[in-house]
Amino acid sequence: MSEPAICCRGVGKVWAAGTERAHEALRGIDLIVEDGEFVVVLGPSGCGKSTLLYLIAGLEETSAGEIAAHGVPVTGPAPDRSLIFQETSLFPWLSVWQNVSFGLSLRGVGKAEQREISRQVLFRTGLTETFDKRPHELSGGMRQRVAVARALAMRPKVLLMDEPFAALDVQTRAKMQGFLLDVWRESGASVIFVTHHIDEAMALADRVVVCTARPGRIKDIVTIDRPRPRDPFASEAVALRRKLTELLSAEVDRAFAEQENVAIA
Amino acid sequence: MTSTPVASARAAPFPSAPQWRRARGLLRSWLPHLGWTIVSVGLFAAIWELCWYFGWADPRLLPPPHVFLSDLTGQAKFFNTAQRWQVGVDSNAGPSPAVAVLITILSSTMRVFAGLGLATVISICLGVAIRYFRLIEHLTLPTITLLAPVSPVAWLPVAIFLFGIGNGPAIFMVFVALFFHMILATITQIDGVNRNYINVARTMGASKWQIYRRVILPAILPGLLVVLRFNLFGAWMVVLIAEATGVGFGLGQVIMMARNTFNPSLVFFTIVIIGLLGFGCDFLLRQIQRRILYWLPNRTAGLADV
Repeated sequence: MSEPAICCRGVGKVWAAGTERAHEALRGIDLIVEDGEFVVVLGPSGCGKSTLLYLIAGLEETSAGEIAAHGVPVTGPAPDRSLIFQETSLFPWLSVWQNVSFGLSLRGVGKAEQREISRQVLFRTGLTETFDKRPHELSGGMRQRVAVARALAMRPKVLLMDEPFAALDVQTRAKMQGFLLDVWRESGASVIFVTHHIDEAMALADRVVVCTARPGRIKDIVTIDRPRPRDPFASEAVALRRKLTELLSAEVDRAFAEQENVAIA
Repeated sequence: MTSTPVASARAAPFPSAPQWRRARGLLRSWLPHLGWTIVSVGLFAAIWELCWYFGWADPRLLPPPHVFLSDLTGQAKFFNTAQRWQVGVDSNAGPSPAVAVLITILSSTMRVFAGLGLATVISICLGVAIRYFRLIEHLTLPTITLLAPVSPVAWLPVAIFLFGIGNGPAIFMVFVALFFHMILATITQIDGVNRNYINVARTMGASKWQIYRRVILPAILPGLLVVLRFNLFGAWMVVLIAEATGVGFGLGQVIMMARNTFNPSLVFFTIVIIGLLGFGCDFLLRQIQRRILYWLPNRTAGLADV
């Protein structure tokens, strides 16, 4: 039996612990993500879903519990767990291919090999024509595709995505979801994808993890085993959307109520 | 440089086309610039001339441009301050007027660039070191913050105690007037680097050194060049103060002599020279900025198009 890609046990996070401004972002998260699985974490804004990704990426330390990647405890960032951000995070001073090979250059891979690997990755992601371009010459959707390509160049076993398409318009977003599914299938990596968008979760996920309002806990896990691409208007989809909406809206109400209490206090 | 293969790959099929396009673009973007500069300066001079024409401005105190620019060689004679203070030197000895002006301009410019260069290099190195090593921050930052508000004028005696008379005190003055602010500016720039950039590098396994060299340095470069441009003007201001007191010759010395001999024409003539020099330096720096910041779209290349 092989180890799961990601295993979280009792993970909690308190920001600014021990100070007046301390607030609990996550509590008691138990989550297992299998190899090659696509998991979407769905929750209201500010519920700590991004925090969970940062913890799994190793960019922040857990306050409680432990995280293991393929059986190895996470103590810091590692190239086999790539994080893709909501905003564009391409380096503007590098061309597209240099961005894609940035991680390789950190490891001391030779220039020629960097170019070759970048070429392959950009070809696989349909971005060949952007090879020599600069990030500011690309549209928002293209930039996020390059960001995905850059992550893929590291041959990650786990792709962590923090609302990567939130800043894109609806049509581009739909295209990007198709793109991501292709990339995911081809690379065989596990994906943990954070969003507050129910339709996005339904289009992508093997399993949807619904989070509660702050502090984030797992409220429910919904398995979707319909083949992709999924018809968003099929009868099962309507039922599923109703279920997810009910789960989520209760938490949104709670989040609002809490904010109002804070405002009154 | 990492960009070389890209440039060559791009330029290979049509070697001259991009260059031609760039030259034409430059010309098209600079012509209106030049035109407006002339209009702006001309307007200012015209108002001054009008004031003189209607008798509002006393030509003995505020001589208009056509007066103080009319006798160039006469003005240039006053720049021959190089050896005057030495005993037994004839007042007509020394270089010809034109050469004297050139020597004066070059020595002031040299002091500006020496001070600015030293301040830039040392403050960026120290600013980065302060963020890189906690210990250096603890050891130096309080003192730097304490000294930052001290006016350059207060450093003037110190400059003379330390370096006596000559280039030394002038360069030191420029250095000290810019150094503290540039350190604080560097630190602010480092703190303002997009966290995503750093996190991307961290998830790819970058070491602290790699993060500083490959991410933070290029990310703060645009901001630093803007800081450098602002400080260029500061350097020109300070070098005059330093030269007025601590140096045998230079533009500041000419202004000082003009003040002591009540020669307003010479004051304005020198101000014109300083203005032209500052303008020229700024233009130069802007060109360098464009060259270095190749990745920024033209509109946002610092203040290039403001």
